[in-house]
Formats: sequence, structure tokens, C-alpha cells
Amino acid sequence: MTAPAIELKGISKAFGPVQANKDISIRVMPGTIHGIIGENGAGKSTLMSILYGFYKADRGEIFINGNKTEIPDSQAAIAAGIGMVFQHFKLVENFTVLENVVLGAEDGARLGPSLAKAREQLVHLAKEYELNVDPDALIEEIGVGMQQRVEILKALYREAEILILDEPTGVLTPAEADHLFRILEGLKEQGKTIILITHKLREIMDVTDSVSVMRRGEMTDTVKTSETSPEELAELMVGRKVLLRVDKKPAEPGAPVLEVNNLQVVDEKGVQRLKGVSLNVRAGEILGIAGVAGNGQSELLEVLGGIRTATGSIKINGQEIDLSGKYSDGRSRRERGIAHVPEDRQREGLIMDFRAWENSAFGYHHDPAYQSGLLMNNAAIRADTEGKIERFDVRPANPLLEAKSFSGGNQQKIVLAREIERNPDLLLVGQPTRGVDIGAIEFIHQRIVELRDAGKAILLVSVELDEILSLSDRIAVIFDGHIMGERLPAETDEKELGLLMAGITDTEHEHSIEEIEANLAEAAGEVH
Amino acid sequence: MDFVTLLQILDSTLRLATPLLLACLAGLFSERAGIFDIGLEGKMLAAAFLSAAVAAVSGNVWVGLLAGIAASMALSIIHGLASITFRGNQLISGVAINFLAAGITVLVSQSWFKQGGRTPSLEGPARFESWTLPLANTLEPIPILGPIYKELISGHTPLVYVALLAVPFTWYVLFRTRFGLRLRAVGENPAAVDTAGVSVVGLRYAAVAICGVLCGIAGAYLATGLQAGFVKDMSAGRGFIALAALIFAKWRPWYALWACLLFGLFSAIETRPDVIEALIGVKVQVQLLGALPYIMTVVILAGFVGKAIPPRAGGEPYVKER
Repeated sequence: MTAPAIELKGISKAFGPVQANKDISIRVMPGTIHGIIGENGAGKSTLMSILYGFYKADRGEIFINGNKTEIPDSQAAIAAGIGMVFQHFKLVENFTVLENVVLGAEDGARLGPSLAKAREQLVHLAKEYELNVDPDALIEEIGVGMQQRVEILKALYREAEILILDEPTGVLTPAEADHLFRILEGLKEQGKTIILITHKLREIMDVTDSVSVMRRGEMTDTVKTSETSPEELAELMVGRKVLLRVDKKPAEPGAPVLEVNNLQVVDEKGVQRLKGVSLNVRAGEILGIAGVAGNGQSELLEVLGGIRTATGSIKINGQEIDLSGKYSDGRSRRERGIAHVPEDRQREGLIMDFRAWENSAFGYHHDPAYQSGLLMNNAAIRADTEGKIERFDVRPANPLLEAKSFSGGNQQKIVLAREIERNPDLLLVGQPTRGVDIGAIEFIHQRIVELRDAGKAILLVSVELDEILSLSDRIAVIFDGHIMGERLPAETDEKELGLLMAGITDTEHEHSIEEIEANLAEAAGEVH
Repeated sequence: MDFVTLLQILDSTLRLATPLLLACLAGLFSERAGIFDIGLEGKMLAAAFLSAAVAAVSGNVWVGLLAGIAASMALSIIHGLASITFRGNQLISGVAINFLAAGITVLVSQSWFKQGGRTPSLEGPARFESWTLPLANTLEPIPILGPIYKELISGHTPLVYVALLAVPFTWYVLFRTRFGLRLRAVGENPAAVDTAGVSVVGLRYAAVAICGVLCGIAGAYLATGLQAGFVKDMSAGRGFIALAALIFAKWRPWYALWACLLFGLFSAIETRPDVIEALIGVKVQVQLLGALPYIMTVVILAGFVGKAIPPRAGGEPYVKER
């Protein structure tokens, strides 16, 4: 019997009082794709960081191809044949592809010969694994799909036999993700071992041979992919049965609450981010905005939320609102019945060093109920927060804790409780479940649907297509500052939406990955 | 303005640009590696003092030069410890170094030499002599080129040539060597360097050390080449002008040469108000001419001259992500 490519025995790692990994053992056989799935904070990334020499395990042993191996730093990991593609790429933006590949793996003190050798190697690797890149392109000028291929090439150039990919599809369109998986299959056929870390059940089911599930720092189970189901994996991840589909009845849309007409936004750098967006959201419906991050959806939310100026027209309940920023801001938007759950809750939704009760008053701190004469009525805010914490099941249920000491899901619940309990006519919600665990996702989705059923209008922005498809009553796809089209969730699928997200309106025919990437890169190029 | 006057002005431009150029390249190495260094001024000053002091005592300017480099290196190591090892604020560390140098040089100088914070005047082998390049006198009769060679190119102290040669050297190191690639990468995205298995801390210390050496040469040149001894605050803001030149040069070695020569020219015409008057027909106050390099510095630092993108990871200590 062949030795496992990787075997971890009893790995434990604590960060202060937090036990990130508890006695983890895992075997990954060579020439397979092994999935590691778990909620945020389950310890997946910590485990892989230990394998890549970023952290030293407190206890435990690592065996590579049957040999006990010490991995004190990244250099040792590379020497052991391990390559890692991080979720956030580790590329030097203003270097060329070639320079990035060579960095750290140069042959001698002079650069010229190393670059020449790498150029030759790249041609060879590109042919072998379908990893097409332009060696002389600057990283900042190529799309994320190609940047990811550069990361894979970096690992292969260092002769990695084991490739770890951390949440690789988070930034890709469905077509690009499929392309990536074909590359991974190709690598597997060449005998490489691949570890795929993800929180997406569908990816695990599609490409892996076996899968390990992590929960709260522990390895709960390792199973053959062919012998399991998404439902079983979800249950292993969360520790209880979860509903993977959003349970909602058909929408009963009423009068338009939000009418956006020819909205144009030019950002601080002079780049036009919205190029004439028109859409409307009616009472009692959820309009989902699908799109690859950076195509204008963030700016749309910011304009609606009153924190960015624009030209064009926006009407709330039939009344025009000021877009120049002269007569309106975030506060006046709130007074008009618009609540805003921003995309980046840690930067815009919360102040991480402030306590939960302080955070739950932000934006509404001028509410007379929170005042007592000239002073803030802190006791009232605290009491109010306690109610919110109970109704939104925030854990730990302590309003005195600082925002940063809650998990991602609970932070989001604090923001959501603050905005939803104001009973807004229109709820703007950006990336409601980014970095949120499955259990909390279910809860957050239910709350959004409840608000819809109460006859409110909801504008949902998300880069997660699954979320858009399951939550929305209507879907608008944004690309390069334009709305490419609207679809009904029942009448579309990921493939069609994926093409629209890449700016391709002809969804009847097949399109090559090169065509899709060229379109995406062109749109991204304007931003730089 | 006649040819001889022009040569004289360009000649002093070169001499005055030398400390700026050395300090500017010092800053270039440091900042390209992501360590902002506003302590160039302090390091030059410390080097100026110690080089003059040791040259005065030993009577050998080369020993003085080494002592100057050592003084500057000592401050560089402090900056490295504060900003790399202890991940402190690089600006505050730089300010502290400037204050430390301004105070300690005068204090120690007074304690050693009892001359009101000066060092004794340097003479003979305790000072850098001008080098007359080969054939300078033979070629002088050739019209135009002869005098240019003799007056402008020949007849400088060795450190002037060191500074000039440092430009192509810096360019080569940065853009044609493995070390340069890694150095530039660590200033742009240290995480990329770290995950590639290269030590971020090691690279940054190397950059700070090179910065120390170049600042040390710059300071020694001030006290033993340009002038004959150390006086209080003799760096006179040159460290800050070098920083302005660095931004003006967009962190590129050849641009740094031209930027420093420009600042050198401003300093040179300060000493020749008569030339300016002859050129523009209006008498300009000497004080105004003297302020010109500093005014230019403020204008450049305020960002009026084009868009300069600093190294992206500049000023930020590197902490591994979880």
C-alpha cells in the first residue's frame, strides 16, 4: 500500500485561550483531490497554515510521503513539495507574471538567467496543464482568474507535488470556477495531490474524491465523496440538521418603493463606476443584484445609503431624493425609511473596538428614545440592545462585549437587528452572509424573507450566486457599471447568470474561457 | 553669463548635489523595502560628527569615513529594531533619530573638544583632497571639452565619484539582481515574499543597513569633503531635501540623480546672486535664493509635481495574517 501524500497526526494549536485545532489527524492519498470543509472559524485555514509553515503546531506530527517532516517555515514547506494558493493572492501587483513566478526561486544572484529559464518553463507548464498566462503582463492588469493561475504556476515552478487551495472560487465567475476545476483534474491526472478548502458544498461534491469535515477546531469525519450527500456534510459541519434551501412562499409585490433611473457614478479616481443604472424594487419583493465584485454594485449600495454622490434620479415611495450630497446624507436616508446593512460590516457596519450596545445605536443615536436631556440615555440603549440580542439570537448574549469579540455571524446579526428593527420601507443589504457560518446563514435568510413578507422592499447585493438564486424574487445582473439584464430565479441558472456577469448577453451559445476572461479583464482594466 | 561662470556653477552643483544624492539613494533602498526613513537627516549629522571627530584625532580621513559609517549604521540599527523587529511607527522612530542626532552630536563634541560644539578644523590627510583625473592638464587646451573635463569632471573629492557611481550600481542591484527583485517585492507586498520562503525581516534589515552605509558616506562627505570639520546642525535639512528628491524621482535611481542635481543647482546659485541678476535683470534677495531648495521641497512634498506612487507596503510593519 502506498504511503499517504500527507498524514497529520494529533495536530493541536491554540491562540491564547482559543483552541483553533484540537488533536487533528488526517490522511490524504497521493493523486487525489481531498476536500476540507467547515464553517468559518472551524480551523481549516489554521491547519493549512501549519502545513505551510506559517504557524508551528503546539503538538502533533506531520508525515509527507510517509516521512516525518518538520515544517518550521514556508521554505521548509516548499522544500517538502507543498505549494499553497491563498484566498488572498500573494502577488506583487506591479511586477510581471514572470517576476512573480521567479520571486524566491531564483537560480543565482543575477536575475537575467533565472527569468530566461522561468520563461521557458512557463511555456512548458502552460501546455501541460492548460495554464495559459502572459508572462510579461503586469499582475495589476490581468483578471483574478489569471492571477490565480499565476499562483498555481508559482507552486508548480517550485516543483510542488501537493497543492493546497484555500477558498479558490470566492472571486471567480461560475465559468472560471469550472475552468479551474478542469485544471485541477488535469493536475490530479499527472499524479499531483490537491487539497481544496472551501465552504461550498457543491464544489466538494463536484470535484473531490474524499472530504474531511471540520467543526470548532476538530475533525468530525472523513468520508468518500461518492458515499455522502450535501445534506449529510452540512449536518457534520454544523452539528445539527440544516435547511439548505430558503423556505419562502411566492412574493406578492406591491407598489414600487425604490425607482432608480439612469444612475451614474464617477469615483474619486475619476473612474466611472456606474454607467446609467435603472432598476426598481417593489414592496414585498427581494431584488438580487448578482455580479463579480468590483462591477459597481458596491457603489450602487453606497449611493442609495447616502454615503456617495451621483447623478441621475432615485425615488423612494415616489419622492425624489437628493443625490448631490448637499442636502442629504446617511442620516437623512434613514429618515426616509432606507436601512443599510453595508457590505463590509467590520469597516462600515460596526466599530470593532466599541461595545455591542454602542454599536446597536449607531446611525440611530439621535433617536429621542435614546436621549435623556443633553445626555445619551445609555441605560435605555442597553435595554434596547438586550431585546435585540434576544430576538436575533446573538451569542454570547452580552451587550457589554466589544464588537470584535463576536464571531462573524453574530456581528452580522447585531448589524441586521439594528437595521431591520427600525422597520424600514427599503432594506439595502450587501453580502449578508459573507464570513458567516451555515447556522447563522439560515437565520439571516429567514429574517430577510420575513421582512419581505411584511411588505417591505429589499435590495440584496451578493457575490454568492447560490444566495442570489435562493433568496431573490427577481435578479438583476451588473457588469462594468451596467445592468446586463433581469431574470426570474425560476427561469435561469448559474450558467446563464455567470455569462451575464462576464458581460456576455448571448447566453444561448457556448463561450470559451478566453473570451470570458478577456471581457472581465477589460472591465477590470478601466479601474486601474 | 560666460562659459567659465557656467562651469563654476555646475561644478558647485555637483559638489552640493553629492550629499543629497547619497542620502537620496540611501532612502531609496530603505523605502523600496517598505521602511520609510525620515531619519536620513539625523544619520547624516551623526556621521558628519563622528567622521570629523575621528579624522581630527587620527589624522586619517579614511578612518574618519569608517567611523562616520559606523555612527550612521548604529542609528540605522535602532531604526530597524524599532520598525522591523518591534513593528513600531516608522515616522516616530525617524523623528526620534533626528532629535537624538541633533542633540548628541553637539553634546559629545563639546565634551571632547571644548570648541563650542565644533570639531577642530581638518587639514591635510584628515580631509578629503580633490582628485585630479588623468590627463586633465594635458587635455585642457581642447576648446569646450577640455575645460569641461578639467573643471567640471576632474578635481573632486573621491566621495563625489562614489556618489555618481552609486547611481548605476543602485540601478543594477535593484533591477538586475535577485536581491533587488526581493527588495522591491518586500516593499510592495511582504506577504508574497514571506510565502515564497524568503525572510521579510532579513531583507528589510539588509535594506536599512545599506541605507546606513550610504547615509554615513553622505555625512562624512559633509564634514570632511565639502567642509573642513563638524559644526552644529551642519546637515541643514539635506536629509529632508533628499526625501523630497526621492519622491520627485519616483523612487528610481536615475531620476534620483537628476532630482538631486536640480536641488544642487538651486544651492549653487544661492552663492552667485550676481549671475541670477545678470540672467533675469532683477536683483533677487540672497535670502530668497537660499530658501529656494526648501521651498521646492515643500512644493514637491505637498504633491504638486505629478503623481508619485510610493511602494505599497511602505510604512507598515509586516505581521503574518491568520
